[in-house]
Amino acid sequence: MSDPTATPGLLATTLYLPRLRLERAEMLAQHRWMAPGLRGLAKGQRTIAHWDEDSVTMAVETARQLARARPDVTVGELTLASTTLPFADRLNAGIVAGAVGIAEGAVVRDVASCARAALAELAAALRRPAGSATTLLLAAERRIARPASAQEMIQGDGAAGALVGDGATIAEFVAHRSRHADLVDHFRESGQVHDYGWEERWVRDEGYMKIAVGTLQECLAAASISAGDIAHFVMPAPLARVNEAVAKKLGVAAAALVPAAHETIGDLGMAQPLAMLDVALRAAQPGALILVAAFGSGCDALLLRRTAVPCPGAVPGPGKSETSYLKYLSFTGQIELEWGMRAEMDNKTALTAAWRDHARAARFEGGKCGSCGTVQFPSTDVCVNPECRAQKTQTPFSLSEARARVLSHTTDFLAYTPHPPFQFGHVDFDAGARVLMEFADADAGELEVGMALAMVYRIKEFDRQRGFRRYFWKATPVRDNAQQGT
Amino acid sequence: MASGIRDKVAILGMGCTRFGERWDTGADELMVEAFNEAIADAGIAPRQIEAAWLGVCLEENNIGKTAGPLAQALRLPRIAATRVENACATGTEALRGAAYAVAAGAYDIVLALGVEKLKDTGYGGLPVRTRGVANDLWLPNSTAPGAFAQLASAYAAKHKVAMADLKRAMAHISVKSHDNAALNPKAHLRNKITEDDVLKAMTIAAPLGLYDCSGVSDGAACAIVTTPEIARALKPGAEVITIKALEVSVSNGEEMSFQQWDGAHIATARTAGARAYAAAGITDPRNQLQMAEVHDCFSIAEAVTMEDLGFSAPGRVIHDVLDGVFDRGGALPIGIDGGLKCFGHPIGASGLRMIYEVYLQIHGRAGERQLPRVDRALTENLGGHPHQNVCAVSIIGRHGA
Repeated sequence: MSDPTATPGLLATTLYLPRLRLERAEMLAQHRWMAPGLRGLAKGQRTIAHWDEDSVTMAVETARQLARARPDVTVGELTLASTTLPFADRLNAGIVAGAVGIAEGAVVRDVASCARAALAELAAALRRPAGSATTLLLAAERRIARPASAQEMIQGDGAAGALVGDGATIAEFVAHRSRHADLVDHFRESGQVHDYGWEERWVRDEGYMKIAVGTLQECLAAASISAGDIAHFVMPAPLARVNEAVAKKLGVAAAALVPAAHETIGDLGMAQPLAMLDVALRAAQPGALILVAAFGSGCDALLLRRTAVPCPGAVPGPGKSETSYLKYLSFTGQIELEWGMRAEMDNKTALTAAWRDHARAARFEGGKCGSCGTVQFPSTDVCVNPECRAQKTQTPFSLSEARARVLSHTTDFLAYTPHPPFQFGHVDFDAGARVLMEFADADAGELEVGMALAMVYRIKEFDRQRGFRRYFWKATPVRDNAQQGT
Repeated sequence: MASGIRDKVAILGMGCTRFGERWDTGADELMVEAFNEAIADAGIAPRQIEAAWLGVCLEENNIGKTAGPLAQALRLPRIAATRVENACATGTEALRGAAYAVAAGAYDIVLALGVEKLKDTGYGGLPVRTRGVANDLWLPNSTAPGAFAQLASAYAAKHKVAMADLKRAMAHISVKSHDNAALNPKAHLRNKITEDDVLKAMTIAAPLGLYDCSGVSDGAACAIVTTPEIARALKPGAEVITIKALEVSVSNGEEMSFQQWDGAHIATARTAGARAYAAAGITDPRNQLQMAEVHDCFSIAEAVTMEDLGFSAPGRVIHDVLDGVFDRGGALPIGIDGGLKCFGHPIGASGLRMIYEVYLQIHGRAGERQLPRVDRALTENLGGHPHQNVCAVSIIGRHGA
């Protein structure tokens, strides 16, 4: 604090990936008849958000991972960065803040519009004076590329996040440079679903090789760092061979290029630089220099130095292979299947009730009776314990991080759900509450009485008539390495 | 000091429509059909009815609100009429309102009628619906089979029985229901099935298959009730059938929010059953009752209810079912008319339909399915889901039995 030039550092980074991994070979199999040229891209898997995941829910899970990594940190600012925010007018970051219990007084904002916005935010947070509020930066993307486009093969769904503040930092700020340029390599008009892009060779030559290279050079020069000293280079261009070309032109060793995990995840858009930074930090030795680029309507270049503090938190697991491309089309609303009349149910949300019971749905907040200690959900005036029945004794008790077990379950083929069958059951919490809940990411035949469960924040229902969606918590099986997202 | 309802109310006449997919019949006509049978059976004129209770559950799917639709359908002469609703226990609730009015001495002769026109939704199963604006924010949009299927997983785990054994017992229950309904001309599903059919049927909500689920039907049933004295005066020499007990128990959220309930039984059925036995002076239900109609909306519901009502010892229902205890020739026939499973389940009518069968059996008017002799019988009518419900239990018998 005594050094007036001191700035905050990175306290933690994380990567969140949806469990489902769509096999690109299955995508190609559906498109080969008209787009055989996709063959070159059709290797490995890409992540896809489940029907009940969007940028908000993935951001919530990212925030929870960071909270688990650094439970000692109090967040003073929360920024959600995405080009795929579910609401154009409603604070999306506010939904996240509500779900993870960020203090009411925190500064919460959405950031949008281009692939470098999240890195620009990270740089801005790092450049603030020491003693500033701890910032939770979340970047989440669930882009929907047109069927049979290269983007559909290249992109993935996922989120990444960073905690910026003072204390035991895993990396510290060295330099940052930014350049804006309205070079339109691709665009998406407000309200549109799909991107429209221009020729890759032009994007490479005029965009990456000039704008990105120039910005990166300025960043290195600002810190008087030689390109050859860069140990890890986060260069997130999803185009083939561009990253290698940029590294070569800069003079960064090819071995320093951080792998983009294209064949297992895909390009996460705005979240990609942060995702690759997470990988780089975990691989970096103390003192190593890490150069991070983000390209889109210009370029941001951020130079960091790794400290000796171990990177907290876990890394994602391999997920679950998904072979139904049709399922992906349905999840993304690109094909309208016959769901039957049960799907016609009106899911209108009474916004008054939603606000009145906000903590209930947002934080999974029930009540703990001050008289007998019973935890119940929802919280009510009269304690549910028949031996107690005390009135107005319950204090807020969130179940979102609580562990639980299956009391009973079913796999229901009658109920409407965008991903049949509908799995739900009675869930008993170790802390002492019981809730009838939907299960998320449970495989066929996997549910068993007594199975351990953790909570995840998901879309509960869509109100397609009015363009609304409501969120709630679901129970998901705790697998051997559930923290790794398998 | 309250003394209950035992032998204070007599059933003077009853009626019940054929249950089923009554595509060509509206709710008004179903009400008239049931009422005409009851009024003829009672041997009175419509103007002698002083008040009426109408039970209908999903009014938004059929007749709309208030008791007006009943008054209009029967052109009741501007008498008092009340619509009641307590989910699938609505039919018994209508009778309860009527019976208590007679027991209170407020009226001499009253009508209880339940009706449901379910087959106007355009799809199979019960209609989807909101659970209320606050509940919709968190409660899963579950189906009835999904909610009742929970019983099976919890029962198998609690009693450490193989799901395959439980499913065999459930299949036996469904086969029995079809066998019974085959003898009932008013039943919805009269075809015979085999255990193999049940076990191989498509899954609705695991482990419940198609044949583990009751029919969704249109229908109406009604009762005209009065005092035993008036009944005797109106029908000299005829058997007088009275209500021995009419108990309702409603979940208070404990099952669904407190960890005491095991998920493997119907807590309200135990409560309502115990109160009904006390009211009727029954101490050994399996031997003191000659038959019972239970809320067999799903095979597993019938199974666990056998234990809740004391017909089977805890954890023993699989054995009793497979031993045939509840078959038509068994020690305690259950659902001799086909039950909800095969007589059908027009929600508002079901509770009254159960009592209609008891009434016919005691009178010896049950045709091909007539049991040797019925003095006392029980009906159990459940509204809602195992974790949150209304359970109505009645005991009906010969006057003085």
